[in-house]
Amino acid sequence: MKTFKMGGVHPEENKISNDAAIEIMPVGKQMVVLMNQHLGAPATPVVQKGDKVKVGQLIGEAQAFMCANVHSPVSGTVLKIDTCKDAFGISKPAVYINVEGDEWMESIDRTPDIKRECTLEPKEIVAKLKEMGIVGLGGATFPAHIKYSIPEGKKAEYLIINAAECEPYLTSDYRVMMEHAEEICIGISILRRALGVPNAYVGIESNKPQAIKHMQETARQFEGIVIEPLKVKYPQGAEKQLINAITGRKVPSGKLPIDVGCVVSNIGTTFAVYEAIQKNKPLIENILTVTGKELPSQHNYKVRIGTTYNEIISHSIGQLPETTGKVISGGTMMGKAVVNLDAPTVKGNASVLVIGEKEARRAPETNCIRCGKCMHACPMGLEPYLFSALVRTGKTEEAKEHNILDCIECGCCFFSCPANKPLLDEIRLGKNRVRAMMAAKK
Amino acid sequence: MTNDILIAVIVLGVLGILFAVVLYIVAQKFKVLEDPLIDEVAEVLPGANCGGCGKAGCRAFAEACVKQGNMDGLRCAPGGNAVMAKVAELLGCSVEQGEPQVAVVRCNPSCKGANRRSNYDGLQSCAFQNTLYTGESGCPFGCLGCGDCVEACQFDAIHIDPSTGIPVVDANKCTACGACAKACPRRVIEIRNKGRKERRVFVSCVNKEKGAVARKSCDNACIGCGKCEKVCPVSAISINDNLSYIDFTKCIACRKCVVECPTHAIHDVGFPAPAKKAEAPAEAPQEPIKVNITVGEKVEIPANN
Repeated sequence: MKTFKMGGVHPEENKISNDAAIEIMPVGKQMVVLMNQHLGAPATPVVQKGDKVKVGQLIGEAQAFMCANVHSPVSGTVLKIDTCKDAFGISKPAVYINVEGDEWMESIDRTPDIKRECTLEPKEIVAKLKEMGIVGLGGATFPAHIKYSIPEGKKAEYLIINAAECEPYLTSDYRVMMEHAEEICIGISILRRALGVPNAYVGIESNKPQAIKHMQETARQFEGIVIEPLKVKYPQGAEKQLINAITGRKVPSGKLPIDVGCVVSNIGTTFAVYEAIQKNKPLIENILTVTGKELPSQHNYKVRIGTTYNEIISHSIGQLPETTGKVISGGTMMGKAVVNLDAPTVKGNASVLVIGEKEARRAPETNCIRCGKCMHACPMGLEPYLFSALVRTGKTEEAKEHNILDCIECGCCFFSCPANKPLLDEIRLGKNRVRAMMAAKK
Repeated sequence: MTNDILIAVIVLGVLGILFAVVLYIVAQKFKVLEDPLIDEVAEVLPGANCGGCGKAGCRAFAEACVKQGNMDGLRCAPGGNAVMAKVAELLGCSVEQGEPQVAVVRCNPSCKGANRRSNYDGLQSCAFQNTLYTGESGCPFGCLGCGDCVEACQFDAIHIDPSTGIPVVDANKCTACGACAKACPRRVIEIRNKGRKERRVFVSCVNKEKGAVARKSCDNACIGCGKCEKVCPVSAISINDNLSYIDFTKCIACRKCVVECPTHAIHDVGFPAPAKKAEAPAEAPQEPIKVNITVGEKVEIPANN
């Protein structure tokens, strides 16, 4: 079975919400849509106070290069354009909408029929991805139209679809594969067409045998879709690791996947691409997992973007258990703790993960014993213990020479450290310092 | 036997003279001409290498002084006026007498603790915590309390008060070098004039959010209401981005603004404690009124009894 060559760990999988079918979350009374839901500059609001909007109407336009359109997830009246605190308490520009009814844009095809044919030219596909505000749903929320505009002089040879879902707890990708396999395959065919590559490879970790079987059966009806079962190892779904596992190629330090002829997309994105291209539906919904060992029930939901964490929690489980230590958006390895549960969800949110008090706490830190476990765990072949020492002593230049910027922040080092040193925290701080140093030199 | 000793002494002696000559020639050839004044100036400086002057260290500061020939734009904060006068004497130029200064932490100690909304157990570094989220208090501008300033201080003049989690400056030790202000990722610390009789008034908040939002973050936040600006007799107070700022060069420390401030965001330091008032029973701390408001909804604000 294929896997990446270097490092990796195997955290407890905890896929306890695997069998919960995707439910539809009802829409609340008011929606707050952040203008900055993607990597890059915030979108510029194009509606005004008092405007009537429909579901799927453009409310934030991408004016900068690294930016994505934002559409209204609900119908109603624009209440105000103001700032709103996001999940981490940071104020961001947002559009507040009072929900009235559920009136969709006429252009959106809401019938359940599956549309297979796509005759659009690659450039038209990319333009439509931009129009529909599609971003990568694997976590980084990288605007899709930029990813699929291949720079001149470079050629894509492989399209790789990440369905590894190597993060513990998360099951949204698994549910999408089980319930929307055909749509996904059409989405992949569209992306293949956009890139002009002969084959697309879908990497699925072997702890999802049903998804592998189901996807294989569906993919038979399509041309050029190869399902690749992968070994269960974290971070199998990381861009560079997945490329290494499937093609055997290695992305050199400081280069992008396209430099080795690869484009990697998340499986959730392919479903969004299908809906955008074939059904004219902008990215206004997330599929997210509500899970946690101490929760009375496990869920997978289709949620309109802008629904707050509190609304999701109260609808799914009523209220948080008293023993809750942390609410995490994302998986346990790379997710971020949410401090403001009144914050609206944004594109790319994959889960509301509730962790108990005991599990949430970090164990006390002790001294490094130079055991080298972090080096063995690092999938990028770096030396986390060294970065720790360099960052603590402020040796930024040296940290840069040891390629600190190659770190993908997967957290394997911290996970494997027997001394519980906050290695990833230190590396992130070091990366910030290196970036600041490089910016100052320019 | 005697011959052997003699030969050894002669050989070593000749070699010694030979090397001495080579070394002398090399030393003359590659001589670096350095103004002896630099050494003299460096001697006068405190030698703490705090970096407060913006140079790499005291030696670099001395070099800059001598190169420039005067003291314009150069100042050694830890040395103060005495050291600056000595340096000016060595250089033969004049120097402006600066007001003595001190570092001021512009975050309200009472906002911590009670208002803690989350528990941070990651790397104890403000610079890192600042990249993650707003911090334990929920204020996106306030002190994070990990002590980057404490680490930066070369003079042991700033420490975290364990009861509030906010740093406290020891005005007697502080040299106003500015290392803590530079280390603070949120620019909470400011270098201000010590003031006459070491009495000073400052706005102890750096929150630039709108009043209502700022108030949600902290009960003692400056809400930019402008009352202090109106009451100030010397117009030393200005309000920008919902935040009041007292210009310490104009302030006469009359303390009218301190009385006026509705959120007690303006602090006075160094004034004698008010007489008698100390005996009055301390007011019981009031529970902050919590009202859930959806925008657009009419609400009645409960009376404050």
